[in-house]
Amino acid sequence: MTTTLERPEQSPAAELGPSRVVGPGLQPTLDELSRPGRGTTTVPHPVADALERIPQSQRRAGPLGLPELNEPEVIRHFVNLSQLNYSVDTGFYPLGSCTMKYNPKINEWAARLPGFAALHPLAPDAAAQGTLELLWELEQWLIAISGMKAVTLQPAAGAHGELTGILMVRAYHAARGDHERTEVIVPDSSHGTNPATASMAGFKTVTVKSDAEGQIDLEALNDALGPRTAAVMLTNPSTLGLFERRIEQVIAAVHGAGALAYMDGANMNAILGKFRPGAAGFDVMHFNTHKTFSTPHGGGGPGAGPVAVNEALVPFLPWPRVLRETNAFRLEQRGERPSSIGRVRSYQGSAGVLVRAYAYMLAHGGEGLEQVSEDAVLAANYLRHRLADTYEMPFAQVSKHEFVASAQRLRAETGVRMLDVAKRLIDKGFHPPTIYFPLTVEECMLVEPTETESVETLDAFADALIEIVHEAHTDPALVKSAPHDSPVRRLDEATAARQPDLRWRAMTGRETPCPD
Amino acid sequence: MTYGPHTATDRERMLGALGLDSIDGLFDDIPAAMRASGLDLPAALDELSLARHLETLAARNQPGLTSFLGAGAYRHHIPATVDAILSRGEFYTAYTPYQPEISQGTLQTIYEYQSLIAALTGLDVVSASHYDGGAATAEAALMTVRQTKRDRVLVSRAVHRHFVDTTRTYFEGGRLALDELPTNADGTTDLAALEQALADPDRPVAGVLLGQPNTFGILEPMAEAARLAHDAGALFVAVVEPVSLAVLAAPGDYGADIAVGEGQPLGISLQYGGPYLGLLAARADLVRQVPGRLVGRTTDVDGRRAFVMTLRAREQDIRRDKAASNICTNQALCALAATVHVATLGPHGLRDVAALGAARAAELERALAAAGAPRIHTAPYLNEFAVRVPDARRIHAALLEQGILAGLALADWYPEDPALADALLVCATEVTTSDDINRFASALREVAA
Repeated sequence: MTTTLERPEQSPAAELGPSRVVGPGLQPTLDELSRPGRGTTTVPHPVADALERIPQSQRRAGPLGLPELNEPEVIRHFVNLSQLNYSVDTGFYPLGSCTMKYNPKINEWAARLPGFAALHPLAPDAAAQGTLELLWELEQWLIAISGMKAVTLQPAAGAHGELTGILMVRAYHAARGDHERTEVIVPDSSHGTNPATASMAGFKTVTVKSDAEGQIDLEALNDALGPRTAAVMLTNPSTLGLFERRIEQVIAAVHGAGALAYMDGANMNAILGKFRPGAAGFDVMHFNTHKTFSTPHGGGGPGAGPVAVNEALVPFLPWPRVLRETNAFRLEQRGERPSSIGRVRSYQGSAGVLVRAYAYMLAHGGEGLEQVSEDAVLAANYLRHRLADTYEMPFAQVSKHEFVASAQRLRAETGVRMLDVAKRLIDKGFHPPTIYFPLTVEECMLVEPTETESVETLDAFADALIEIVHEAHTDPALVKSAPHDSPVRRLDEATAARQPDLRWRAMTGRETPCPD
Repeated sequence: MTYGPHTATDRERMLGALGLDSIDGLFDDIPAAMRASGLDLPAALDELSLARHLETLAARNQPGLTSFLGAGAYRHHIPATVDAILSRGEFYTAYTPYQPEISQGTLQTIYEYQSLIAALTGLDVVSASHYDGGAATAEAALMTVRQTKRDRVLVSRAVHRHFVDTTRTYFEGGRLALDELPTNADGTTDLAALEQALADPDRPVAGVLLGQPNTFGILEPMAEAARLAHDAGALFVAVVEPVSLAVLAAPGDYGADIAVGEGQPLGISLQYGGPYLGLLAARADLVRQVPGRLVGRTTDVDGRRAFVMTLRAREQDIRRDKAASNICTNQALCALAATVHVATLGPHGLRDVAALGAARAAELERALAAAGAPRIHTAPYLNEFAVRVPDARRIHAALLEQGILAGLALADWYPEDPALADALLVCATEVTTSDDINRFASALREVAA
């Protein structure tokens, strides 16, 4: 006899968090929309005794406390939420350091092909030849672009690639019996992930200043380098959008001290086909596929962070590597390469992201990728030129894919800060650039237009930024109280941090989360 | 084929504004000796040719085998709502919500994700920033080290092999100790060994990690293990599978301080291993140790409800080398998939999925036992278990010839353990049919004969 399972759960509405006004155009939470008894039948009902062999003590005691909605409500909820987002598909998103370029739709289609999407990560090699071939080819292309010896596609993000690279650096020195190298040097303009990575890998971070031109200060670098230096992590082009002109001397100094040169390749999108880090002497680097190869940013992730290494680091690559044999591809087996730093994640990489990167690269070819960098750099320099009379440009050197501008003068004259300029841009239909990063320039914005924006869009954006400066002089309150037209404005971040409300039910923990 | 909009005239106009007659003027900051000249890559493909090429590659995979393979990544029915929402450009072409005024969609969905996972785990603070189960497990182990200021962690050998491997790699950086606990013949972790390991006064333990179900599919005595850990001043980390939480005790209820796991079963395609979603939930008082982005509910200047990234002083872009982790990502799109998945299924649907998997697994157990492949472990399981077959690797290969993916030969993961040399780890979920099971059982009879 089969009967359906009992359904004891209710959504206890009494436990809702503090009620707040949901503004017009905003969306209630799933929990507020929930009504007991609603739902969509997605799978058959199991037989009643399905769980009887599980001891009572191991079973869930109380109700699940999940919301109950039917399918149309679910769709309307998330579609309404999606419309509260600004995105590359809806407008210009010049977020410096993030490379918000267009995400081609063929890549989305490709990643969803059942042959790729439904493949189990532990499928035998014989059942995964298509994906293994794709991964192997993608490695070869990244080797060609980087001028390195080998690539691992495993890291799940840029920061994860950094950790993988720096753990390999650690293993390299350890294998040579050199245990004195406890420091990693980073410039003061570096991404925060660089020092955080060094700490995670057990190194002390030493920060060196940039010079007035935004370049790494060779003298300061030489002072910091020594027998304790394991590696120097250098973003090139830098987070200021500048190519390190003295890169040859920098790498020579790093190697002279017995250290390795790590290139944070977050900005490779500016120099494809123009500069090969491996050929220039870098020992290890990572790519961010969501920046250089246009895999979607997804609201913050997922990304992928392939790492390329020179000869000396090949033995330490994480396992499993993708190997090509006479007639087939295969994954390395457990224990096959004892010098490896080990596994850095479950399974062998974010193949779903890498399919998209592969499709992007093949759509462009070598010449097309070089054109990508040229157009990205052209757009950045053009936009910088359009704004040079209105905002301060702290660095004289030609920019790469992004540039820093500052509103120090505007602030002194009108009290309007870069934050206000950014918020006012929202009223004018643009996503603001990155603001207050890098940390080395006051009142700065970091603008990265990318290669997929038309000159008309660049002009409209420049016009908007110029107009805001006029507004700041004639009606500063208008700018300081922006944005005016967004669904919410100027959030209370202080209360959010002081009294964290991180879930819709009341916190059940033993203590309140933030005593300070 | 490229996606750039510029015509030759556009480029000329922009270069002209810069006073340049060639693009080379924008690259003369690269030292001449180091300047590369082009890329040796395949020629560009038009969209039609590219699509054909990708279809050819995809066709070289075999995703359609009759599969009993789980081992941490599970086939489930994904409701059509999930891809309908994931395909919206407003979600997948946005980035980390630095500007909350124009990112409420992403922010609210992350808040909703945090709330749903908190409900499933019975814990308070959920981070959507983790890459996968392995990375989340490693981060949780590091949390126990930071919180207790001790440098030794105990992990059951029956925690997913890749999660243990990943944690070991992460521990290498800090030169931390990761000691493995043995298992009993019934498939559970040896609690006497745990008690003994915790009793060493010279090597105090920061955290204890057990899987529920563990990697053999077996249900562990979690409450007892948590009590032992807490008595020794250590934190207890439950490594869980999220669908099972619909029917199994919540980690918060049996004393877990942190729960981690692989979020893939919540609406994420198998995709040969990623992108996946690392689940990480913790007790409220551990919030400062939680790595990654957190979203909180607050109000805006007009008193309207709004969501914002909060407690950011733990993060790498502010704290740099003192940050809780180097994580910059939030795995938002994968968390969105999980949120839509759970919202569509609801509590009853999720419970049905878990119960149906358990029912199919019981059917599978009976069929395989009748075919001469009995269970190895005796403790209760949910929907995955190990069976004994003679010469497991040969049988696995022979069944593959017949289009059957007979789970995982556990010798791949435990080559040093003679007790597992003849073991296949098999699973069933709601997508497993009786026909699949019958095919497997009869093919097994044939190849074992």
